[in-house]
Amino acid sequence: MRRGVIAAVALVAILAAVAGGTARSAAHAGTKADTITIWVGWSARELKAFKSIIAEYDKNHPDVNVKVVGGINDDKITAAIRSGNVPDVVSSFTSANVGSYCKSGAWVDLKPFLSKDHLDVNVFPKTSQYYTQYNGKRCALPLLADVYGLYYNKKMFAAAGIKSPPKTMSQLTADAKKLTKRGKGGSLKVVGYNPFLGFYAGNAPDLSAYAPLYGAKYTDAGGHSSLSKDPAWSRLLRWQKSLVDWYGYKNLQKFDAGAADEFSASHAFEIGKLGMMIDGEWRVAFIQAEHPELSYATAPAPVDDAKPSLYGAGYVNGTIIGIPKGVKHKDQAWALLKYLTFNAHPLALFSNAIRNVPTTKQSLTSKEIKPDAHFKTFLTIFKNPNSKTTPITAAGNAYGTLIQAFAVKWQAGHAGDLHAGLQKLDKQIDAQLKQAQAGGVP
Amino acid sequence: MTEAAITAGAFTQERRRARRRAAWRRRRLVLLLMSPWLVGFCLFFGYPLVMSVYLSFTHYDLLSSPKWIGWANYHYLFTQDPQVGPAVRNTLWLILIMVPLQVLFAFGVAMMVARARRGVGFFRTIFYLPALAPPVAATMAFVYLLNPATGPVNVILGHLGINGPLWFQSPQWSKPSLTLLSIWGVGNLMIIFLAAILDAPQQLYESAELDGAGPFQRMRWVTLPTISPVILFSVVISVIAAMQYFTQAYVAANIASGQASQAGDQTVNNLGYPEGSTLFYPVLLYQHGFRFFNMGYASALSVLLLIVAFTVTVLIIRNSRRWVHYAGAVK
Repeated sequence: MRRGVIAAVALVAILAAVAGGTARSAAHAGTKADTITIWVGWSARELKAFKSIIAEYDKNHPDVNVKVVGGINDDKITAAIRSGNVPDVVSSFTSANVGSYCKSGAWVDLKPFLSKDHLDVNVFPKTSQYYTQYNGKRCALPLLADVYGLYYNKKMFAAAGIKSPPKTMSQLTADAKKLTKRGKGGSLKVVGYNPFLGFYAGNAPDLSAYAPLYGAKYTDAGGHSSLSKDPAWSRLLRWQKSLVDWYGYKNLQKFDAGAADEFSASHAFEIGKLGMMIDGEWRVAFIQAEHPELSYATAPAPVDDAKPSLYGAGYVNGTIIGIPKGVKHKDQAWALLKYLTFNAHPLALFSNAIRNVPTTKQSLTSKEIKPDAHFKTFLTIFKNPNSKTTPITAAGNAYGTLIQAFAVKWQAGHAGDLHAGLQKLDKQIDAQLKQAQAGGVP
Repeated sequence: MTEAAITAGAFTQERRRARRRAAWRRRRLVLLLMSPWLVGFCLFFGYPLVMSVYLSFTHYDLLSSPKWIGWANYHYLFTQDPQVGPAVRNTLWLILIMVPLQVLFAFGVAMMVARARRGVGFFRTIFYLPALAPPVAATMAFVYLLNPATGPVNVILGHLGINGPLWFQSPQWSKPSLTLLSIWGVGNLMIIFLAAILDAPQQLYESAELDGAGPFQRMRWVTLPTISPVILFSVVISVIAAMQYFTQAYVAANIASGQASQAGDQTVNNLGYPEGSTLFYPVLLYQHGFRFFNMGYASALSVLLLIVAFTVTVLIIRNSRRWVHYAGAVK
């Protein structure tokens, strides 16, 4: 009997030891073997910079191995979610699609994670909070932002006797005329400021980069499109067309056709063919890499003459990042997401590398941010309470397509009466949003 | 009933059964031989077709389950979508202008090559080669060649004292520019026409010549009737291709707009550039389905496209009975 008891105890002890050992080794092996994948839109130089941020995370988190896949767009994200073969963390450059991702649950609700870790999204400026949610459902967080401001050529300013950057649209027009140089038959050699919709990012035809400069509101209190009711839109479009007409529509078209690609080293501003332009903060890094000799400066973009107090504001957009549904390593994915979006250290490092604006209020003043007078302008614009993004709807930026269709006709002189055109546009946008079961107006 | 009658009846029944078995065996064999096509048809045409019709009655964003909304997508399509009208007009332009020009050009080139006495192989190759160029590459090349500011075409026109048009940058010239591109690439049609022309019975030409018919009359009364089935085929496939015109319009608009976007950024929407003049029906369909994730509505657009394409094809074929002549056909 005694021998039997000893044998039983020994057996239990051996089993416990084996089980414990197995559990330990499994835990160890499990943590070591856990590879999580993150999809990002960046490519080439910017992807390399992002990989170095992830390498640091990897080094400090031996329990996880992060695989980075670059060059991702929303088509690939959607296809992956539909197939169920998803990465652990996913990011998109198209914040306009956050409505689809949140509404459908394709990107998981982050509220439980935020609550569990007692994290407050107020660490992000209001605009970034806005374009990472839909109707109060937060399925994304911001990972660096794009902020638009004015770039101007200092040498050309000095030659034209312009002392300071323009602060209002009428000043911009006056300066643009002084800086413009024409060739034979009115052809444009140097354009002071090119207002042609479709010309580079600052002239997005949906007017997104101009709307905050006029304080133009997309919707009224009832959530209906209000482009015809808010006189800011008419002022914006009239100013834009008057400058297009001064240059000559066909002259500008020809100038644009001859201008190099926006992301090439022959960008018109970088080679001295543009006196001023509105562009995103990323241009600072491009100029540094491609034309460090260029004598230029940055400033907030000029604003509506009727609303001078808006000076300092600008258009804001940014990369969004979240966790797709059906993810295998939810906790590890959240840990990485939290690190990338809330921690000032990686935000500052990545901002330094690709010169995008870091997205937490703390990271904006981080000592790790490399001082740069050109870039500093955009940090200030980002913090400005009047800086705005475009409305987030369930229809993505479909309404922008309708605005664009009208605006390009308007600048060509084919839109007829402006107010009547805007009224019709309002009806079209309302019908479109209704069709797409949209909402979430700003 | 006599024993002989019973035996005869049983024999007849047995023969009937044997015939039925043989017929069933034949049908099985036919089905077996057709099965690769049948499986492919059901899987890659039948199923998507049925699903498209179903999805056209739903709100479907690709990410959540389709939600039944009845006729709402069709109501929006026919009464409210401001882009449908321009897209239909642009597509009609292709059917009415581009398709006839393509067919005429292919026929003209085929006639010339058929008449050439020397270097037939060389000319055939030269005119066919563009058809081998991938549509994306060919479009990029045309946008470069027709760049209003730096393109060689306008530079040459400038030297001749002609102020060249804005080509892909102009809403008036964008469709003619795409037409130039399509005419340049009609090699496939040209080869089909050439084969038909060379196949025309020589004795008919000889008889016509003996009757005193000149080259134009020979073409009018011999060549055209002989190759009329090929003309019908060319018109039908060209009209269907025009209704599905997408790649060249997509590439040209994106490059000509000059507003590049960073990899992955789909915020910039250049579809239809300039001024919506290249927003053809399939481009609109793509925009709704894959840019706005509005697949239910895109399905409604595609169902309408299918119905229209089918109707137009039937009308062309019905109408063709008056002018298409089949060799050996009995009226």
